[in-house]
Amino acid sequence: MIDIIIFIILLVLGYGFGRLLETSHYRSILRREQAFRGILLIATRTPPPDLIPRKIQLVAGNVVISVDYFKRFLASLRNIFGGRVQSYESLLDRARREAILRMKAEARALGADMVFNIKLETASIYKGHKNTIGAVEVLAYGTACVPHNREA
Amino acid sequence: MLISNLEIVPGRQVLKHLGLVQGSTVRAKHVGRDIMAGLKNIFGGELVGYTELLNESREESLGRMLEQARAVGANAVLNVRFTTSSVAQGAAELFAYGTAVILDDEA
Repeated sequence: MIDIIIFIILLVLGYGFGRLLETSHYRSILRREQAFRGILLIATRTPPPDLIPRKIQLVAGNVVISVDYFKRFLASLRNIFGGRVQSYESLLDRARREAILRMKAEARALGADMVFNIKLETASIYKGHKNTIGAVEVLAYGTACVPHNREA
Repeated sequence: MLISNLEIVPGRQVLKHLGLVQGSTVRAKHVGRDIMAGLKNIFGGELVGYTELLNESREESLGRMLEQARAVGANAVLNVRFTTSSVAQGAAELFAYGTAVILDDEA
């Protein structure tokens, strides 16, 4: 009995706080994405030959985000029926966008306006029990190009 | 020392290739952070402690790679890649590698 009560409390807490944190995180992601629009992200491996930047440097951004109790429960249900696990999709989406934003912030601090050869790497670094995903880390990195006409 | 994950540096030439340089570090998290992470596992959200930990470790593996590059006399490391793998429960390996080169002087 006590187990069930604890389970329900955790579920409610996870749902409430998880939802709150996710909406506020998405709001801040959207706001910052707007602010960093000026920095171009280009996934090609080499910049065009006629582009000679003043300086290039590696920039990176990383974030570790944990999934909440409620979503993990939903995902374990999904494991029975199969199909899209939307609760994890939003987790990874948030993590990727956040990592990219942090990389962009680093690029802006250098005065760069383009980042080439973007690589995204995802690792699940923390396992909950029974090997469920606890938290994912996303690392975004690339090479920032600082143009000639701007100061670092 | 110039670090980049591009294969060439625009406007500059590679004079000499010096081969692969690498740096790695294996880090474990401490108990305090683990407890916080356990809590966060209920509520969701960013694990700031882990983010910092992994960031620091990555800096360290990058530092070790640079040390090697300096030892072979390079002035740049190109095509840098990072990989993360969890080698054991609660420990992660951060690995950075790239090609050490000597670039011509800046024009």
